[in-house]
Amino acid sequence: MALRVFCPRVMSPSALLLLLPLLLLAGVPLAAAATRPALWPLPVSVQQTPNLLYLSPVSFEITHGLDSSAGPDCFLLQDAFRRYHQYVFGYSENPDVSRMSSSVGTEIQKLLVVITSDSECNAYPNITSDESYKLVVQASVAVLEARKVWGALRGLETFSQLVYRDSYGAYVINETEVTDFPRFPFRGILIDTSRHYLPLKTILMTLDAMAFNKFNVLHWHIVDDNSFPYQSMAFPELSGKGAFSHAHVYTHTDIRHVLDYARLRGIRVIPEFDSPGHTNAWGKGQENLLTACYAGSQKTGFFGPVNPILNTTYDFLSTFFKEVSQVFPDNYIHLGGDEVDFSCWKSNPDVTKFMEEQGFGQSYEKLESYYIQKLVDIVSSTNKGNLVWQEVFDNKVKLNPQTTIVEVWKGSYYEKELSDVTAAGFATVLLSPWYLDYISYGQDWRRYYYVEPLQFSGTSTQKELVLGGTAALWGEYVDATNLMPRLWPRASAVGERLWSSKHVRDENDAYNRLTEHRCRMVRRGIPAEPLYVGYCEL
Amino acid sequence: MISLEHTGVLLLLTLLAVGTLAQTQVLEASVWPWPQNIRVSPNQTFALNPSLFHFQYSAASAVQPGCSVLDEAFVRYLRIIFGTGPWLSPDRPDLKITVKNSLDVLVAVPGCDLFPEMNSLENYTLTLSNQQFVLKSHTVWGALRGLETFSQLIGRSAEGMFYVNCTDIVDFPRFPHRGLLLDTSRHYLPLQTILETLDVMAYNKFNVFHWHIVDDPSFPYESVNFPELSRKGSYDPASHIYTMEDVKTVIEYARLRGIRVLAEFDTPGHTLSWGKGIPGLLTPCYSGSVPSGSYGPVNPILNRTYEFMASFFQEISDVFPDFYLHLGGDEVDFTCWQSNPDIQAFMKEKGFQNYEQLESFYIQKLLNIVSSYRKGYIVWQEVFDNDVKLSPDTVVHVWRETKPVPYAMEMKNITKAGYRVLLSSPWYLNRISYGQDWQKIYSVEPLDFEGSPEQESLVIGGEACMWGEFVDMTNLTPRLWPRAGAVAERLWSSKSVNDTKLAYARLANFRCELLRRGVQAQPLFVGFCEHDFYH
Repeated sequence: MALRVFCPRVMSPSALLLLLPLLLLAGVPLAAAATRPALWPLPVSVQQTPNLLYLSPVSFEITHGLDSSAGPDCFLLQDAFRRYHQYVFGYSENPDVSRMSSSVGTEIQKLLVVITSDSECNAYPNITSDESYKLVVQASVAVLEARKVWGALRGLETFSQLVYRDSYGAYVINETEVTDFPRFPFRGILIDTSRHYLPLKTILMTLDAMAFNKFNVLHWHIVDDNSFPYQSMAFPELSGKGAFSHAHVYTHTDIRHVLDYARLRGIRVIPEFDSPGHTNAWGKGQENLLTACYAGSQKTGFFGPVNPILNTTYDFLSTFFKEVSQVFPDNYIHLGGDEVDFSCWKSNPDVTKFMEEQGFGQSYEKLESYYIQKLVDIVSSTNKGNLVWQEVFDNKVKLNPQTTIVEVWKGSYYEKELSDVTAAGFATVLLSPWYLDYISYGQDWRRYYYVEPLQFSGTSTQKELVLGGTAALWGEYVDATNLMPRLWPRASAVGERLWSSKHVRDENDAYNRLTEHRCRMVRRGIPAEPLYVGYCEL
Repeated sequence: MISLEHTGVLLLLTLLAVGTLAQTQVLEASVWPWPQNIRVSPNQTFALNPSLFHFQYSAASAVQPGCSVLDEAFVRYLRIIFGTGPWLSPDRPDLKITVKNSLDVLVAVPGCDLFPEMNSLENYTLTLSNQQFVLKSHTVWGALRGLETFSQLIGRSAEGMFYVNCTDIVDFPRFPHRGLLLDTSRHYLPLQTILETLDVMAYNKFNVFHWHIVDDPSFPYESVNFPELSRKGSYDPASHIYTMEDVKTVIEYARLRGIRVLAEFDTPGHTLSWGKGIPGLLTPCYSGSVPSGSYGPVNPILNRTYEFMASFFQEISDVFPDFYLHLGGDEVDFTCWQSNPDIQAFMKEKGFQNYEQLESFYIQKLLNIVSSYRKGYIVWQEVFDNDVKLSPDTVVHVWRETKPVPYAMEMKNITKAGYRVLLSSPWYLNRISYGQDWQKIYSVEPLDFEGSPEQESLVIGGEACMWGEFVDMTNLTPRLWPRAGAVAERLWSSKSVNDTKLAYARLANFRCELLRRGVQAQPLFVGFCEHDFYH
């Protein structure tokens, strides 16, 4: 039988996936594929033959290869093996059918996972984590090879997506070779737990769905004006007074749970503690932290951004961010810095006096820079890098390109912003076109999919500074009731844009694969909403 | 007594200071939809003892124990109000507060085994005072509405005590037809999803479930006479169909909540899925002189089409007890008819000048069939727009926003022609946008068109529509609630209840109450509920 090689790099992916069922029909009459494998995000290279291998839900196992640097003591992989066995077979209603038909063809008995370098089994993933893998599916043993556990996790996901059921209900997989690695190292989902509190279960489900889509960063916008659910050890009053209620907090146990759950899925957790704006909720539990606003010579009783002129402010921030840097293991902390409203600072006579003393004139950007500068120094002293929103760069705060990543979020002219930020030598992450909280009627996933993050004017050195992007689901109108269907599968479009090759952008092919991928998420318990008319096979 | 008879004051925030308890407890008269007349006395509060409290038939009531509708409603509302316990000890002799252990229910006319109808009276009065704790209504349907209102009046203290203020309510709906459309063809909705939606409809005092059950993409209705329709036309005949038992379950579940089930079998367009099970029913489209292999609307020129329709709609008339059937009639695409030489010949033979006349020919015959089964019918506006001859008791359903004319103009034209009308144009809830779109939905005034009082009286209500192109069980509930609540209040409450700012607090509160009842209703804006949603 002729081996047909399909490679997305030389052949359009749509052609690949269109050809596959035809070949199946022609080659192996038994395999009138009920569901063809729909890979999402599409790997860099996939080669498949029409030869079908059968998997028995009873005897198939995923286990460590003999020459792997990881073994049964690697809990991360053990847990992943268990998980993916369940994803492959978990929704089997009638395993008897599979067993019956598994005698018909060649069986694949196991998937061996081989880690070829130091496994990093007990580490946390970071920006340089190697996520590449190679998967060879053949009789009677398939092999998944990766340098690190992170690549193994991605390869397991791909393997699980390759398995489908034939018309008799048996589990089958084509002979396949996959070589894969991400296009961008930073592929994030932003959740906002301040506008609405999200229960732990919702966050964990989100991490599951992220892994199904090969996302690797949870950007946790944990506090904001509306509520302060983070329970601080050093300053328990922050959540004691700033949370919506005592039930609407994240304890350290909760946070440990999120961090572990994310790590086991190869996902980094980057907390954002946004300041000096977006801090109303901080003020409730931390007196004198915020600037008192004035009307004329009288205090209004309202508060503005963090008060940047007091030593007590920086004492507080030192202690607070020291704690945060210990609680969250990631190398980066997001410091926010967006949308600082200057009107309250302007109204405050003490701030005005301070401006004069410092010679800032009327430039409140300089005052903001003064604050951010001190904050960045505090955080740098904890040996953490930082992410900031684009205003910090726009307002010309002195930043160190070695430690700061600038996040581009504003909607208009984001190509220009990317160009400017990278020209100044900063690494950057793109969010602007991917504000998924902005909903509209119809198939808006196409708009997210269409985006090309490197389509801005700049040198190749500049383009290399684009680390990736983040799909943001801000919380004004989102809580646990509607988060899942609003995020998935719309965020999946961003997931493929950030993982797959630049040339993978055929919308019709994407529609077919994403429709099937969405059904797969539903079968795995994620209430992902439909792309359009139709139904899912259960 | 503070009078809230007019709607200026919606929120009655009253600080209760009763004994040591509820020092900061805030009780609101926060009812959704807002009653026609409500007086709340914050100075007099009653406690309800959850382990003793019950609903009882008043001796003078025309219905008594054994009345299915109310027997079940009593059980339901006890659970809604008090949950399943355990409750704190209600015996607090230190509290100077009257404890009430029952609500008397008095229904004026008998009838517990009937179905609600367009003309069923839903009015009720609710009197909660020292002298009496009584719910009076004309029919059992009115009693259901009153029980819902009662359940929304109950406050809960942090200590787990249940309270209600001295309250006097006289209430009735503004419009008799308050509907919600679900589309089970674009996506199949499991039975459970439909039943849960019926529950929430009852919380919102909706009274018509418009079941757009079949359409182009799939035919999930399992017909007794034509089982091939769902066997071949459903997404999956093993799992994605509504059996006769399912349909009966929906109808009875709805009846027990005072909700009519209005079935829509849309023809002659929107019927692609019908063709799979009934060969020859649809018009073969031509490309030049040869059939192209694709199909268009129902073939209106064949006798056997009408034989099928007669048999099919006889079944539908028997299965669905409501007097009305929705016959669709929207968006008929003429291109396929135009391409078909047999249709051309038929047109010539009949002397039809245009395809609207052919459509009218079909609809006319269909209406005659349905009329012969003693059913009334509702049709989408195109049937009126295309000058189909309609009997005067036809209900025309307005759904288009601006074409051929703005919907207010359409309402005017239809009522001027003497037909009753339903409004849906501004209430397509499947259309989503960023932000608080419930405000736009809420601000619609159905009678905002130029017409005489007689014309206005022909507006029998409206329907919120949740079309299914992008909606299935994964996202239906949060997309529907509380947005559909805005339509519910517009159709139930007085015309003067139309201030979105005042409505916001009540609707946000109602949404939290929905969460407490286990409904996955999405937030209006930032904030939290005491009983937030957990998976």
